[in-house]
Amino acid sequence: MNILDLAQNGIKAGAKLIGLEVNEDEAGYFVFRVRDDGCGMTPDMVQKIRDPFFTTRTTRKVGMGVSLVDMLTTQSGGHLDITSVPGRGTLMEAYFAKDNIDRPPLGDLPATMKVLVAGAPDLDFTLSYKHGATGFTFDTRELRKELGNLADFTSPALYEWVEDFVRTNIQVIHEKWEG
Amino acid sequence: MKTVADLKALREKLQAEMQVRSDSGTKVVVGMGTCGIAAGAREVMAALLDEIAKRKLQDVHVEQTGCIGMCEKEVLVDVIRPGEDRITYGKVKPSDAAKIIGDHVVNGKIVQELVVGRIERQKK
Repeated sequence: MNILDLAQNGIKAGAKLIGLEVNEDEAGYFVFRVRDDGCGMTPDMVQKIRDPFFTTRTTRKVGMGVSLVDMLTTQSGGHLDITSVPGRGTLMEAYFAKDNIDRPPLGDLPATMKVLVAGAPDLDFTLSYKHGATGFTFDTRELRKELGNLADFTSPALYEWVEDFVRTNIQVIHEKWEG
Repeated sequence: MKTVADLKALREKLQAEMQVRSDSGTKVVVGMGTCGIAAGAREVMAALLDEIAKRKLQDVHVEQTGCIGMCEKEVLVDVIRPGEDRITYGKVKPSDAAKIIGDHVVNGKIVQELVVGRIERQKK
């Protein structure tokens, strides 16, 4: 299981822009945020989606996505905040106690970014990665501006570049902290 | 730290790729519903993308789709070569990516042991 699965929900919500944020140490918490400008949810629905027996799916009656992340955050001394406005979008904030042994691994973020941009080439993605005072951002809109009509995210050269960009910059941050 | 400012090399690569890309190439479709992702679809898709980049295949398009109702056979990967039957592979693992791309996508040889479905090509 991988907390990055949350990002996939935004694609299903018909979002045009999906923003990911990773903060390795925000007042003792490892924080992962996903913001999308999709269809959003009513307050009633926001209440219900933590329940594993609630799903919008029609094929079967169990939906595990949000309920699992909710459980994972609580188990590792954190919590999951969901803010949503119908028609405007949704913000999911997963807080994990930084040093909790039960904190699930983030997963392979660089490979996930590659799969996200190549799999949904018409959507825009941003990533903000922070660790203390260091950090970096990635924004597909910026790449589109720089590359013009060359910005085809299904192109191997481009998705490989995205993965390398994210991987290299995370490494630089980690080297700085582990020095 | 890498920045988006230095894109010269990338720009040149993309320009070269664009010359040979078209919409008529082979399509590879990965099932990325909750069931697919839970079964490891992201890792499979990453492996397929890597294999395509490694072999410098310019005219292969990887797409994602939702749950098609065969959740127990996830990860599902479809290969559609132009003018040929649509082949569905099931229980695909990242380690199968090289074989699917190398045998089927490049050489047209279907990986029989992974096939779970086949849709005949549309007759014109």
